[in-house]
Amino acid sequence: MDEISLMNNEYDTTQYIVINIGDEQYGIDIKYVDNIVRMQKITRVPNCQEYFKGVINLRGEVVPVMSFRMKVGLPETELTNKTRIIIIKLEPNAPVGIIVDAVREVVTLGENNVDEAAKSSTSNDPSYINGIGKCGETLISLLDLNVVISEKEKE
Amino acid sequence: MDVNQYLEIFLDETNEHLQSLSDQLMILENEPENEDTINEIFRAAHSLKGMAGTMGYKRMQALTHDMENVFSEIRNGKMKVTSQLVDVLFQTLDALEEYKNTIQETQDEGTNDNAAIIQALQKCLDEGTGAPAEEKPKEKKEEAPAAASDADSGDGGDKKWKKINLQEHEINAIKEAEEKKMKIYGCTVFVQESCILKAARAFLVFKAIEEMGEIIISDPSTQDIEDEKFDFDFSLYIVSAEPYEKIAEAIKSVSEIDRVVGEKIEIEDILEGAQAETKAAEEEAAPQAQEETKPAVHEPAAAAAPAQGAGAAPAKKQTPGKPVVNRTVRVDIEKLDVLMNLVSELIIAKNSLVSYSSGGQAGNNSSFNEQIEYLESVTTNLHESVMKVRMVPIESITTKFPRMIRDLSKKLNKKMELYMSGEDTELDRTVVDEIGDPLMHMLRNSADHGLESAEERIANGKDPVGSIFLDAYQDGNNVVIEVKDDGKGIDVEAVKRKAIERGTITPEQGETMSSKEIIDLLFLPSFSTAKVVSDVSGRGVGLDVVKSKIEALGGDVSVKTKLGEGSTFSIRLPLTLAIIQALMVIVGGEKYAISLGSIDTIEDISVDEIKYVEAKEVINLRGNVIPIVRLHEVLGLEAPEENRDSMIVVIVKKGDQYAGLVVDELIGQQEIVIKSLGKYINCTSRMISGATILGDGEVALIIDANCLI
Repeated sequence: MDEISLMNNEYDTTQYIVINIGDEQYGIDIKYVDNIVRMQKITRVPNCQEYFKGVINLRGEVVPVMSFRMKVGLPETELTNKTRIIIIKLEPNAPVGIIVDAVREVVTLGENNVDEAAKSSTSNDPSYINGIGKCGETLISLLDLNVVISEKEKE
Repeated sequence: MDVNQYLEIFLDETNEHLQSLSDQLMILENEPENEDTINEIFRAAHSLKGMAGTMGYKRMQALTHDMENVFSEIRNGKMKVTSQLVDVLFQTLDALEEYKNTIQETQDEGTNDNAAIIQALQKCLDEGTGAPAEEKPKEKKEEAPAAASDADSGDGGDKKWKKINLQEHEINAIKEAEEKKMKIYGCTVFVQESCILKAARAFLVFKAIEEMGEIIISDPSTQDIEDEKFDFDFSLYIVSAEPYEKIAEAIKSVSEIDRVVGEKIEIEDILEGAQAETKAAEEEAAPQAQEETKPAVHEPAAAAAPAQGAGAAPAKKQTPGKPVVNRTVRVDIEKLDVLMNLVSELIIAKNSLVSYSSGGQAGNNSSFNEQIEYLESVTTNLHESVMKVRMVPIESITTKFPRMIRDLSKKLNKKMELYMSGEDTELDRTVVDEIGDPLMHMLRNSADHGLESAEERIANGKDPVGSIFLDAYQDGNNVVIEVKDDGKGIDVEAVKRKAIERGTITPEQGETMSSKEIIDLLFLPSFSTAKVVSDVSGRGVGLDVVKSKIEALGGDVSVKTKLGEGSTFSIRLPLTLAIIQALMVIVGGEKYAISLGSIDTIEDISVDEIKYVEAKEVINLRGNVIPIVRLHEVLGLEAPEENRDSMIVVIVKKGDQYAGLVVDELIGQQEIVIKSLGKYINCTSRMISGATILGDGEVALIIDANCLI
């Protein structure tokens, strides 16, 4: 995918889906996003990890859904009609949903607009962020999905 | 010729032939005179040879050719079947199997010539045909009286040392030794083919010899041997004061040495040979002549083989006694998976129609309902047929076991017999493919740790021949495979002691644990890796692997044992993986599915029928005391208000164990499609075996009742 964008553009650019968690904005690399769906009935799975809210039916597939807020240790908020589930596919046949407060837009960021995440300032470990994107005046935290989805929970 | 398109057929047929060879050899070992079997083996070997030749696999062809030769002789009554021969033949089969595997992976047969096996086969052939009167003649005896030329030709295979050309200084060394009344020996050492560090073994052999004498020359050169530049044998000239037997003994004492062939050489022979060698022309001719005489010896056999082959071909046509092969089409399993998925979709769509018709306007349109019912019966039949297509008998894996037990019996030096039943029990193809290894493991466990040695068995008043049983049968929606032995059983106390020693459990825990719970400790990963435990308790190597594999398939493993009488390991596997009949229930407002296969009955139990045993709730149902599981508790739900005076209890069973699951409401029976929860969600209690999508699009979880018992 990176190679393709290299071929298409002179600069190395990546598209991100920008989501809202509270006031903060996060970017998710669009190549991992399979789908974005509205909030729907989630079937609770007993005795599983706390941050997994359960499973949903996505066109005949059973997809586990996690709360981004719980995973990164933020308080839960009420669901609104802006709440969305982003279906991520890091691997084929293993989709997972992430509940976010809202989905804003898609931005294209060149390599020169992405800074390394300042590691010391965020004491959150493991770090869910692998870069900071600048889009005009706003800053977007770029999510490292492998860390978000992996087993490790914020202590 | 592009043979790639035939590769698959070649592999399939090779598999079949190898299996039939293995089966027939087992029979042959017990009935060495069975002509049908010999003919069958000959035919299979012949077909294999032809196929390998067509596909251009020369090494495989060569090996099968030699095997065929042996059987050709047996068939002509010129040779007898000995257990030694059967061993060599089994080795041959293993080598062929290896070729097949290499071909499967790389489309190439690899570079292993299996020279040692070919030699072993030839040796059998030589021994068998050359001296049928003496069953196992020593090569020495056979050759000693023979004329020089005969000796040369007869030993073409094994006595490689004769090919060594001696140089002047080596001859001088030999002469010197002769003067000191030392004896001269020529010998060839064969290293086992499985040997990994050939050079190291050769070094040990050298060292052993040098303690008793001196090595004059070796072929390949010492340097080459050190660099591992030799196949599986090397030849030596040795001078020593010791008798040959002692030297041979010393060489054989090095491990991984297959065998040693050698004899004493008279100095005159060497000198004669050396004189002959001075003539340049003959020097070249000598080894060649040997090469030529070698095939010459086997010429009758080789000539007989094609003739037999030709004879066998029409014979094959004449004997339609073989069961008529079912008309089959080989289908890629992936295509079946696609078909299965489509059937699943169809069933979900049907379910949603059913729920639509039953909600609201039910009864309004009777012909609509009729059509729905019709659709239901069609989808159910369709599902069953697709399922059946995927089913294969477990025979495809069990056929390897008798051979394995035979090998184990020899290796462990214990007498044992394997009895199998229910090999025609069918399971989903994917399941069958997966259970081969676990079963093998369990059989090995039984043979190695379960059964006692013959002496011990006699001392305990048992039949010296141990028995291992492999039984498969269908039980409801499950298939049960049992591996049973009549060995010493599991010493529960020893397991407990070891578990406490290792800190797996505390002594206090040990006090309260039932013997069943203690035996279950054997399945813990930490337990099985410990070699010490397997020595004391006799069990536990790799059982955790067996367990995890079986559980990944949705099944479970259990053990029953009686000290001194043996143990039974049972594997319980679901018959189907994808679609099951289930009972839908409501617990705390949530819908759950329970597989119908594990449900025994559904009971309405009045609250005051609940009794307490060891502070656990039980009911007495028609004489059976059944523990009660309150589902809302295990599912982490709020307890329902206790204002009812009766409750609905779903009685589930696993084997002969029962449990009663308390539910709030019953919805009814439904065909459900099992979907995985995905790899990210971790259900700590394994209670939820999957999810399914209901007619209204809602997801319901499937409760694995086996885990609650």
